[in-house]
Amino acid sequence: MFAYIVRRALQSVLVMASVAFVAFTLFQYMGDPINQMVAQDATLAERENLRRVLGLDRPFYVQFLVFLKNLVTGNFGFSFRVGTPVAQIIAERLPATLELVLVAAMFALFVGVPAGVYTGLHRHGALSRFMLTISLIGVSLPTFLIGILLILIFAVVLGWLPSFGRGQVVQLGFWSTGFLTTSGLKALILPSITLGLFQTTLIMRLVRSEMLEVLRADYIKFARARGLTNRAVNFGHALKNTLVPVITIAGLQIGGLIAFAIITETVFQWPGMGFLFITAIQFVDIPVMSSYLVLVALFFVIINLIVDLLYFAVDPRLRIDRSVSTH
Amino acid sequence: MRYMMATALAVAMAVAPAHAKVLRYSTNADLLGLDPAINNEGPTNAMKTNLYEGLLYRNFNLSLAPALATEWSQVSPAVWRFKLRQGVKFHDGTPFTGADVAFSLTRYQSEQADMRGYMATVKEINVVDPATIDFVTNGPDPILPQQLPLFFIMSKAWAEKNNTTQVVRGTSAPTFINFNANGTGPYKLVERVADNRTVVEPNPLWWGKLDNGITRAEFRPIANAATRVAALLSGEIDLMYPVPSQDKQRINSSKGTKVLEGPELRTIFLGFDQHRNELLDMKGSGKNPFKDKRVREAFYKAIDIQTIARVVMRGESRPTGSMVAPGIAGFSDDVDKRPAFNADEAKKLLADAGYPNGFPVTLDCPNDRYTNDEAICQAIVPMLARVGIQIKLNAQTRSLHFDKIGLKENRNTSFYMLGWTPGTFDAHNMLVNIVTLDGPGAGQNNSGVYRNPKVEELTLKAGTEMDAKKRNEMLVEAQKIHKDEYGHIPLHQQTLAWGVRDEVIDGSVKPRPSNDVDLRQIKMK
Amino acid sequence: MSVWRSLQDLVRRFLGSDVFYSFRRSPTVVIAFALTLLFMVAAALAPWIVPHNTYEVASLSLNDAFLPPAWVSGGKLTYLLGTDDQGRDVFSTIVLGARVSLIVGFASVFLALTLGVALGLVAGYVGGITDSIIMRVADVKLSFPAILIVLLIDGVARGLLPRDLHDKAAVYVIVLAIGLSTWIQYARTVRGLTLVEKNKEYVQAARVIGLHPILIMFRHVLPNVMGPVLVIGTLGLGVAVLTESTLSFLGVGVPPTEPSLGTLIRIGNNFLFSGEWWMAIFPGIFLVILILSVNLLGDWLRDALNPKLR
Repeated sequence: MFAYIVRRALQSVLVMASVAFVAFTLFQYMGDPINQMVAQDATLAERENLRRVLGLDRPFYVQFLVFLKNLVTGNFGFSFRVGTPVAQIIAERLPATLELVLVAAMFALFVGVPAGVYTGLHRHGALSRFMLTISLIGVSLPTFLIGILLILIFAVVLGWLPSFGRGQVVQLGFWSTGFLTTSGLKALILPSITLGLFQTTLIMRLVRSEMLEVLRADYIKFARARGLTNRAVNFGHALKNTLVPVITIAGLQIGGLIAFAIITETVFQWPGMGFLFITAIQFVDIPVMSSYLVLVALFFVIINLIVDLLYFAVDPRLRIDRSVSTH
Repeated sequence: MRYMMATALAVAMAVAPAHAKVLRYSTNADLLGLDPAINNEGPTNAMKTNLYEGLLYRNFNLSLAPALATEWSQVSPAVWRFKLRQGVKFHDGTPFTGADVAFSLTRYQSEQADMRGYMATVKEINVVDPATIDFVTNGPDPILPQQLPLFFIMSKAWAEKNNTTQVVRGTSAPTFINFNANGTGPYKLVERVADNRTVVEPNPLWWGKLDNGITRAEFRPIANAATRVAALLSGEIDLMYPVPSQDKQRINSSKGTKVLEGPELRTIFLGFDQHRNELLDMKGSGKNPFKDKRVREAFYKAIDIQTIARVVMRGESRPTGSMVAPGIAGFSDDVDKRPAFNADEAKKLLADAGYPNGFPVTLDCPNDRYTNDEAICQAIVPMLARVGIQIKLNAQTRSLHFDKIGLKENRNTSFYMLGWTPGTFDAHNMLVNIVTLDGPGAGQNNSGVYRNPKVEELTLKAGTEMDAKKRNEMLVEAQKIHKDEYGHIPLHQQTLAWGVRDEVIDGSVKPRPSNDVDLRQIKMK
Repeated sequence: MSVWRSLQDLVRRFLGSDVFYSFRRSPTVVIAFALTLLFMVAAALAPWIVPHNTYEVASLSLNDAFLPPAWVSGGKLTYLLGTDDQGRDVFSTIVLGARVSLIVGFASVFLALTLGVALGLVAGYVGGITDSIIMRVADVKLSFPAILIVLLIDGVARGLLPRDLHDKAAVYVIVLAIGLSTWIQYARTVRGLTLVEKNKEYVQAARVIGLHPILIMFRHVLPNVMGPVLVIGTLGLGVAVLTESTLSFLGVGVPPTEPSLGTLIRIGNNFLFSGEWWMAIFPGIFLVILILSVNLLGDWLRDALNPKLR
């Protein structure tokens, strides 16, 4: 047990180190920070002096260690484009993305699970077929197109919901939340549906196939033989046993949500990290790009680790090595 | 959990006091930075006008009013004397003195300052006594007061304390002074988060009185035009500009919002590189076709500005042949007449000049500065392609565009779009900035390096001519020469259009002809 | 040569197989196949069959801008699906855009396939430390969603290239980004299959007679693992087209001068509020049909080639 946890933790550290290395290489070799910092007509001597002051003349591994130390202490450097510390910009954007991802994940769970149960229990019902068809189309629709269609219908034609931004947010310390105002909640609806739709269909299909499998199991047959009601069998026994894999997969999907938030945030001009990342790519703002990368990698590693440990705790049969993830 | 919600609500209420009138306004891109001496751009200057003051202030009707100076007079041809307002304090509480004016001048006159054109004629500032200062100019300068509303005064002590006495060129340079402000203006900076928001609140120390009802103003750039319109319609912002031509009707027909329109003093034009011996896109040819007047004329005549006005601008522009708008001193109806669109003649001119098959060139364009800027450039591309030019479009955001065509990147352009409102509302300002190079502070935005000795001479002379009529003749003549040489291609003056929520914005509010938001001129219900 | 022969063999087997039977039996698949084929032919011949060549900027007329589809009042018959803000025929831009999308799709699938199959073969056949390195790289990459890696490669390429080359190099950059972020599926599959094939008699025999390992890998093992690769490739095409359109929509993909479907949707999106819906909706519909057809085809191929599901 202990050895397993240590091994997984070490693996995570390895992943983080390689990501940090990629980020560092970006930082070091893509935009010469000196050019960004001095005036156009600065002399060579001035440039060299600044290079020394910033420690850019030191050996490669020393610079990498300094970079790591900076990352650990939350020092991500300055954005080339807007000139403010990257940590500050990201802190500003983080709540927006996390709230969006949270609501989208909730949406996916609360719609996906019941739909999966229903289609699993009523395999040949008309409604099941309809839901499965919809889910197939949903998978083929690009995220941004779903967003545009929702905007067209609910914002342009019907005028019910806002088409952009977070609405009014309330500042609670460093955290800005959209959960406390009507406009903030309304603004969450369309983006979170857009973001969560893919995961919804995924969870629905997963629950459905798990249900189908579990319902064939001996203990279910036995439960029915004992004369338990359908309701008790379906929900008390079958659903309960499908939920473990569902919750772990859903956990892993949160990472995917953070990545796909890039697209949703662009469509809805949602002031989160993904929108920031796209702008950084357009402007070749290396510090922002690499910081975002490190941060997202951290999220992924932590989520993967938790999910793996969860598996380990829940299912003793799985006490063998699993690969890092399943995307 | 309930307790937490209650706390959160209490916090929410605490941040929004009962009678707060917060003005939330927006345009298509962020301010370029708050350093008074650089970033000479309309919306940025407007924000600086909220935070800083000049010795004089420009009223809505463009006349001059006292600000940090209460009286001014020309004591000799080359000396202007100003009586300073007493008891004025900067936002941080330090008193305003003549030394601050002198200090601000050194920053404005530094090599890196984009705004140096405004103070180019000034030789020195003498502090006569604590209440009086003299501006000594290089020769007579009849229009010095016109330059003063954009000569922002900053605190010497504050600049020294924060190590920001040097000017660093470049849009959005990450300098202290681009993110902080300490002026004497009616508003003080509360927060500036680049690309996100700039928040100001009334300055309790201000010498004047604000009665416009605004207790807080938040400037939030929204790049996407459709999003900006949506934000206005949904009540997330109270005022925004520019309104895309295609969305005016929608805003007017929605309840609670309307479009305010007026003529704008900005002229949109195209410029050519007439300086390099070889065009950027013609490496190895040793040729720069734009040095040939016939080529410039061909470009001019190949552009069908009327169709652009009708389709791209949807009727909301005034095609022009002049580099300044009606209402600007020195405007001439004669210069305003535009040579007619004639593609066949353009082709012939190109053939005569030795380019029957055209040549390659890139058009540099902003995509978030002027109304429909990128769309105008997109419309121009096929027009020039039809006369044989192999034209490419490079449209990008304003900060990159201005850095590229400006001095930061050493005028790295062959063919570009720019818009100009003379900061002094006088054609002389346009001549100094756009079409000349030799005069003091001249050529800051002469990105194609147009140069004509006669125009230079007339501009210099007009700068010191005290006789208004003679001066006007000189200005008109200089513009005529420039026009006959096809020095630039003036396109149009756009109609300015602000979208406002009329339930919160007072009915008396009118858009300024310079199309910027000066908070003093906005009133809330 | 043996790859070619095995392909021929595959086709012969295909026509007489259950696969072909199941193909004919499913009308959805037939329709999907027909649509995919139609798209590909139209894309291949696009420059010659479109009613208006919108790449010819000189032919564009601003007077024809913002025309609605032909059946809406104000529309013109020559512009069946209306025109955009520059007076370009929307139908023509869609066909030409689909061409760009498909070129990017095929090129990136080809890149990923070549890279993935080669690395998978080597990893599976050679094993040992080579295998470990290749598979650990794959593991780290699999920790992230492909879209993130694509965006990152795209961003890095932009950083390395001078700004004025961005538009010119855009298509190559995207192909590279998508290719480099999707080779893993091929590599993993091929590696797994190679591990199985490696121990089969024919490979043992080849080894005994002293054939060079590279020869064994590519001439003997490769043909036997191509089936699943074909499935991944077909599904990968759908993913590549989707990814390309997403990048272009985000503004870091194909530039607007020679737009792909995603670029067209991005442009059209600006005019959604002002009522010119056709500029975004029609390219959107075509994009969905294209991706849906390719996906259906891939799904069917996967099921048909998988003996367990038969």
